[in-house]
Amino acid sequence: MNNGFISGIFAVFIGLWSATLLSDTEGVFDQYRDLLGDDNPAIFVIFDGEEIWYTPAGPKSVSLEQCDLGLGPGVVEGAYAQLPRYFADVDRVQDVEARLEYCMTQLQGLTPDEVHEKPYSLRGDLGTELEALVAWIADQSSGLAIAPGQAHAKERATYALGENLFYYRAGPHDFSCATCHEQTGRRIRLQALPNLTTHQGAAEAYSSWPAYRISQGIVRTMGWRMRDCMRQQRMPELMMGSQASVALQTYLAVNGAGASMTAPGLKR
Amino acid sequence: MQLLAFIIFSSSLCADEPYDALLDSMTDKNFVTVERLKQDELQEFCSQPRTASVDEARAAELRAAALSDVPIPSGENYLGDWQLGEKVASNGRGLQYSDDPEQENGGNCYACHQLDPSEVAYGNLGPSLSGYGARGQSIVMLQYTWTKLWNTHAYNICSHMPRFGAAGILTEQQLRDVMAFLFDPNSPVNRSQP
Ligand code: HEC
Ligand code: HEC
Repeated sequence: MNNGFISGIFAVFIGLWSATLLSDTEGVFDQYRDLLGDDNPAIFVIFDGEEIWYTPAGPKSVSLEQCDLGLGPGVVEGAYAQLPRYFADVDRVQDVEARLEYCMTQLQGLTPDEVHEKPYSLRGDLGTELEALVAWIADQSSGLAIAPGQAHAKERATYALGENLFYYRAGPHDFSCATCHEQTGRRIRLQALPNLTTHQGAAEAYSSWPAYRISQGIVRTMGWRMRDCMRQQRMPELMMGSQASVALQTYLAVNGAGASMTAPGLKR
Repeated sequence: MQLLAFIIFSSSLCADEPYDALLDSMTDKNFVTVERLKQDELQEFCSQPRTASVDEARAAELRAAALSDVPIPSGENYLGDWQLGEKVASNGRGLQYSDDPEQENGGNCYACHQLDPSEVAYGNLGPSLSGYGARGQSIVMLQYTWTKLWNTHAYNICSHMPRFGAAGILTEQQLRDVMAFLFDPNSPVNRSQP
């Protein structure tokens, strides 16, 4: 991995990007992806995430090393692939973001408000700690099969809720997730829309998040993806780690179960 | 025993009603409030998975209600300015919390339809409307299209197209302009057809 090489390509890409018409963007993106090969700028964010995990923080000045992501305190390898899952200590189903919130409040002594103040970057930001942590944690499941919990009754109820939310139409445009994501081979303008009701569509989408967004220069999490699609749906703001965010991600993870995690992905 | 299990099961489902979950999971943002999470009866009816069986009688009722609420444009004037309509069709902004509420809303027709055949950035959730004007400007065609734009459910219950008129996304004048964009022989929608 060569830092200078990547940022060099990135600069060329941004140049190409701004010089091309919208209609060409996808083509330029593919060229850029070819140039990068196996390299993904998310690698630097992953390093940050690992460092943040081991660094004492918060009022209690402790690290996240004792955080239990489902496979026992401190076990990160393979944990992401098995989320969302039921956690007995909170008696609910959590995704990686809800779980990190729990660990940050319980272990490090942060308040929920502090965790929620800015979980996701705004455009132009360099990235948040949560994004870096999620990038690292997901990378530690790379190549493993998506295997969210479905043994516990609450895990199955969460899937059922996720499916209902997927079809829930509301707001001035009457959109639901299904409006844009229940057919194959569709697109909005030039952006391809995965069919998230099928195994293949859900697997390709779920396995590739968190992802490095080239157009924004930051790593985005699946929780952010849910929030941003809700924005496009003309809904209010979806809270990080909320019941609806976890349920939608559970719906996608279960539909895509069995496929290998490839995150962090690379998105336009 | 079975009955008890049923009661427990169904009550746990109730607690997970999508509306309650959404209300618990969302916050107001800029001018967009959680009021939007409430469904009207049409939205509620149209929120079942495609595979669910359809209550045909209820569908007919809602279709009729949609149709009866479509106003005739003032002066029975269906066609405005196609050039303004083209702008409405290309504009994808409006009503997202990231949008400026002072700006007028767009119709975002290109998100889902091909219109001007020389515009390559079009989506395909809906059918191509290129050459739409070839259908002619009979009163039947004008009324059909006006109704479709005002409240698409009047003809196709649970259509995925927004109710541009009924939901107040576009004004009557904007709708007339979009109509002209579809019908006017000089509109790019109807030019350069093979
Ligand atoms: C108005 C259309 C629209 C609606 C409604 C919508 N989405 Fe999306 N979604 C998109 C678009 C467009 C993209 C691709 C974004 C991009 O490329 O920048 C996308 C991308 C995604 C992705 C990532 C796919 C991938 O492979 O990277 C997921 C997952 C997703 N949406 C889930 C949802 C869920 C869940 C909902 C409902 C809460 C939803 N979407 C509602 C338009 C929509
Ligand atoms: C979210 C996607 C979406 C958007 C945005 C959208 N439509 Fe549609 N439209 C559809 C779909 C899907 C159909 C086909 C199903 C149906 O008729 O309900 C359709 C059907 C139509 C039809 C009927 C076509 C026929 O052959 O009879 C017309 C006319 C139309 N749309 C015009 C428009 C115009 C004008 C706009 C912009 C103001 C627009 N649509 C925006 C999805 C959309």
